[in-house]
Amino acid sequence: MMLEVKNINKVFDGFSAIKNISFSLQAGEIHAIIGPNGSGKTTLFNLISGLIALDAGTVHFEGLDLAKIKPHQIVGLGMSRSFQSANIFPKKTVFENMQIALIAKNQAHLNFFKKSDGIYFTQAMELLQAVKLDNEANALSGRLAHGMQKQLELAIALASDPKLLLLDEPTAGMSLAETQLSIQLITNIVKDRSLTLLFTEHDMNVVFAIADHISVLHHGEVIVSGPPELIRQNQTVRRIYLGHDKV
Amino acid sequence: MLVFIKKNKWKLIGLATVACIPIISSRYATDLTIQIMIYALFALSLNVLVGYIGNISFGHAAFFAIGGYSCVILLTTFNLPFIISFLSALLVTAIAAFFVGLICIRLNQMYFAMLTLAFGMLVWAIALKWRPITGGDDGFVGINMPSYLDNPITFYYFTFIIIVIAISILSAICNSTFGRTMIAIRENQNRAIFLGIDIKLMRLRAFIISGTFGGLAGILFALYNRGMYPESAFWTESGQVLIMVLLGGMHSFSGPILGAITLYSLETVINQYTEYWQLILGCILLIVVLAAPDGLIGLLRTFKKNFLKLKNDA
Repeated sequence: MMLEVKNINKVFDGFSAIKNISFSLQAGEIHAIIGPNGSGKTTLFNLISGLIALDAGTVHFEGLDLAKIKPHQIVGLGMSRSFQSANIFPKKTVFENMQIALIAKNQAHLNFFKKSDGIYFTQAMELLQAVKLDNEANALSGRLAHGMQKQLELAIALASDPKLLLLDEPTAGMSLAETQLSIQLITNIVKDRSLTLLFTEHDMNVVFAIADHISVLHHGEVIVSGPPELIRQNQTVRRIYLGHDKV
Repeated sequence: MLVFIKKNKWKLIGLATVACIPIISSRYATDLTIQIMIYALFALSLNVLVGYIGNISFGHAAFFAIGGYSCVILLTTFNLPFIISFLSALLVTAIAAFFVGLICIRLNQMYFAMLTLAFGMLVWAIALKWRPITGGDDGFVGINMPSYLDNPITFYYFTFIIIVIAISILSAICNSTFGRTMIAIRENQNRAIFLGIDIKLMRLRAFIISGTFGGLAGILFALYNRGMYPESAFWTESGQVLIMVLLGGMHSFSGPILGAITLYSLETVINQYTEYWQLILGCILLIVVLAAPDGLIGLLRTFKKNFLKLKNDA
């Protein structure tokens, strides 16, 4: 089992944000978490990646209890994540963003005398090619279009050579065309690198196109979990998530 | 070789000028240059924290004082050889920075700044009150200076060489992968964590580097003044070096050098004409913070860019 989430809970100021959630991910699986705004998707991601502490329950990554591991160490184990609003180094160029990610991957950040100019050029360009950003290498990343910033963040997340990728709303704020391109890109990368993918998404078309397994989150609870066909036919999902009976 | 000279033209001209000062200039200018060099190193060391990793410290003078006092106490009270006193004082500062860093890096931003301020005041209080060891408010005066450093010109070159080496090391550190990571942490701490970077370890290392080089500046200051005084640990001293960093420009390596040169020269010159130096300093600071947030170095860069553009257009 790659990831095992068991009975996790999180309460913020008396508000129960995550209630007793359990699910697991097999290696190579593409698992989507869907749910309306405020259903707890991002909180769930933050709990899994260690950004915020669990109130109860456990998260195991390849058998290791993540409660005993610091967030920065989780990356080294092979879990990498993106954030809902592109989380990059906006005052650095696209290429420099990749350099920083690769410096961290190679543990070169602890080296006082390794020159940083031009370092990891080949690897950085390869990753940028993979997300189709190689033409923007010298652009200031904060000035890129939103969709491109998300692509850059994907490349940053890939730089650590993860086994499990956590993408928080990878297409949030994108146009329809951007969404389609982006999903194509993510699917190809996940297949090429044989990654396991856990992602949250609001766009139903995206979810049904690529996920092997879908969990529906509502008011902090998983109300149903299963393959896309099952979710598509589920009456409760249609009612509470889609507001109508047709998907 | 030619490429190296061309690339580092301004640095080499600057170095050559500073190296020639005792020969071509007066004793007064030589003394002033030594003090400026020491403050330039002091400001550069603070900028590792402020400009690179993004932690403002209000207690940097503590390390300046720890370095200075340790050196003069080891040299005079314990009568140790010069080299041993010098290196041990550096080590003492590094160890102090390690322990203080362990406490301070637990907190962020304002709380970090307040902790450094508190620690700075603690060191000042010790320097002031531990009279048998530090000399109290009279300061520690009359040190066993080795005879070979007695000559002002020899002392000048001794300081010059140490400072050039120290600045070269700091520059290598700031341009290394470690330096690049410090900037990444300043820009986006959360992303850095999720790249697998141990932020606390990085901040502790930056704190130790900053403190140790600040201590080195303090050692040179104590040797130059043939003594050490509690005012050097006072919070206004920490404020002054912070102003040098802001004035010169914290987001560049050489900004603080420019800040130290400008502030120290202005202070010396203006003090000759009026006792209201602080008032003028306040005005300068206001202008810099409001009009040139990237400091003097930022202004110079804009000027150079516009000048090149004009030249190209012509």
